[in-house]
Amino acid sequence: MTESALGTKSTSETIILRPTRGWSALNLGDLWRYRELIFFLTWRDIKVRYKQTVLGAAWAIIRPVMTMLVYSLIFGQLANLDSEGVPYTIFTYVALLPWQLFSKAMNDTGRSMVSNRNMITKIYFPRLVIPISTVLSGLVDFFIAFVILIGMMVYYDISLTSAIWTLPLFLLLTIISALGVGLWFSSLNVLYRDVGYMLPFLTEMWKYLTPVAYSAGYITGAWKIIYAINPMAGVVQGFRWALLGIELDSSATMTMSISIGVAIVVLISGLFYFRRMERTFADMV
Amino acid sequence: MSNLAIRVENLGKQYRIGLAPERYKTLRDSIVNIVTWPIQRIRRGLAPSGEDYIDTIWALRDVSFNVEQGQILGVIGRNGAGKSTLLKVLSRVTEPTKGEVEIRGRVGSLLEVGTGFHPELTGRENIYLNGAILGMKRAEIDRKFDEIVDFSGVEKFIDTPVKRYSSGMYLRLAFAVAAHLEPEILVVDEVLAVGDAEFQRKCLGKMSDVAQEGRTVLFVSHDMSAILRLTEEAIVLEKGQLVYRAPTVEAVDYYMISGFSESGERTWDADEIPASAAPFRPIALRVRNSKGSNVDVVRSTEAINLEVEYALDESIQGLRVGLYLMSARGEYVLTTFDTDEPEQYDKFGVRPAGHFISSCTIPADLLNEGRYTVGMNASAFRVKRYFMDERALTFTVDGMGAPGKQWSETRMGLVRPRLKWRIEPIEQ
Repeated sequence: MTESALGTKSTSETIILRPTRGWSALNLGDLWRYRELIFFLTWRDIKVRYKQTVLGAAWAIIRPVMTMLVYSLIFGQLANLDSEGVPYTIFTYVALLPWQLFSKAMNDTGRSMVSNRNMITKIYFPRLVIPISTVLSGLVDFFIAFVILIGMMVYYDISLTSAIWTLPLFLLLTIISALGVGLWFSSLNVLYRDVGYMLPFLTEMWKYLTPVAYSAGYITGAWKIIYAINPMAGVVQGFRWALLGIELDSSATMTMSISIGVAIVVLISGLFYFRRMERTFADMV
Repeated sequence: MSNLAIRVENLGKQYRIGLAPERYKTLRDSIVNIVTWPIQRIRRGLAPSGEDYIDTIWALRDVSFNVEQGQILGVIGRNGAGKSTLLKVLSRVTEPTKGEVEIRGRVGSLLEVGTGFHPELTGRENIYLNGAILGMKRAEIDRKFDEIVDFSGVEKFIDTPVKRYSSGMYLRLAFAVAAHLEPEILVVDEVLAVGDAEFQRKCLGKMSDVAQEGRTVLFVSHDMSAILRLTEEAIVLEKGQLVYRAPTVEAVDYYMISGFSESGERTWDADEIPASAAPFRPIALRVRNSKGSNVDVVRSTEAINLEVEYALDESIQGLRVGLYLMSARGEYVLTTFDTDEPEQYDKFGVRPAGHFISSCTIPADLLNEGRYTVGMNASAFRVKRYFMDERALTFTVDGMGAPGKQWSETRMGLVRPRLKWRIEPIEQ
């Protein structure tokens, strides 16, 4: 008994709690110490998501496939939009994968602080754990739906190009964008519940600003630069390039840099804003 | 000085009333605020002190104390005295507004057991999840898993989703996880208010083990007997301020007696009665001696009259108005209701609207000397509790003339009845 008491003493750390003001450091060390909690919360979200559903994880496939069918009918058949030389179904499905990952992550993360309020008001842990694990848990659906894509690529006999190696980077860009936007919305949602009401139609509008149902080739001239401010526009074009070999146009380096730059700025500012708001979460949520 | 576990200095926590839990702003409010901000600013500037303007409350104010390593400190105070806020600050859930807290060692908090439990997950999965939320490493949980399951007593259902658990099983499992956390400082809030008596004993046992291992415990409870059993020293909080620190026995006495009028009568103002009490409206509780006057001190050789005055704004079916009698240590002496007797019970099946006095007499030569607390309860059995005040009034029983007073010693026990003793020499 005495030994264990001595043992604990030697490992003890001193924490000083005092009021803080203004911006604070990200304190990523603390986050690293709680990495297992990120894992467990991600695992919980995945585990629980399709409980008590008949179709279970099949929903991860049904959602993008149904959307793909609807788009193919309306935009592919009726509106007869250009799909840059590949079948419209796969053209839109490739875009739907990152888009649905992004929109789900943005929506879930935006609500995550409020839906986990009972943890936040009772126990200390770095609050960043919650939005991060929420975004990560969305990846499982992405990979399940990706299996269908592989099948479709085999069916349509699409040969891979060397650009496939850039796919992980575009996936990373999706996660960065989703987390950045999600951090802003989750902190704002603690303060203003309006965010929760705004998210569904914001998602809807955002989808039309992203070339999910149509080709980015419709955007021309100076509009390209404004269009690139939406990081998801870069992501979708990147996915089509990496998987379907659809060539990027000459201004791609610039527009892609804008998309990546915006995503990083949103993520970093989101992290700092979240940290700033974090200390009042327990009192406000 | 070097073996302090917690040092709290001038700690203050201010809440804006608009920011109290359950309330939140809408964007519209903020826009309105931006427009009216200059006016508010001016008004605030005119207020006597910048910090104390009307829409804020100090949940804690200038609280300073130290806790040494290995000490178990009790924290007592009425509802709203700031106990929970103090624990929230110490467990880093919320930041202080003022002052400083220094904590040496890992803090584990049991502010509410079962936080983060997910109903769809099995017992096994929840142990891992909850353990991680409480700050345990995976390897640590692996190591203690069997012990946790054993302590909880739910082995058979460990692979069943916890939504199928009874509330008792759920709590046992939740507490088991929390109890196996090994922090250097443990902060406990009212976890013992749940579960059956046997489980409570188990929990208390676990907590004193923790203390014996040289870890520091901060224990908040309304259960004075648990505080007395577990802690040697306690602090008393009142309206956010630390008003008393002493060995537990004295602190509990102070707490039980503080805030009571000395008149032998307790009255309720309209703002002290919660809305949920309607249509029951308590008016007064009185302690009277055999001459019929309200008294703070009664002699143990006299009968004591307890009287509840109340009004019913509507008739209530099955109402019973009752009293608890408790010692200064918080042990119950008795519980009694005005419709305990069958004929009263039949007669007052439905109590009509009106103004009533329910009174009873505690016979002479029953209570031992000491300070007693009277609590009051108005309820309909298994239907609704209209009103309850566990510490409505206190009075002192004076032992003059009680049996055995020829010896000046303190008599153990809550009652001191006059018993008929016979002494018979047996001749052989």
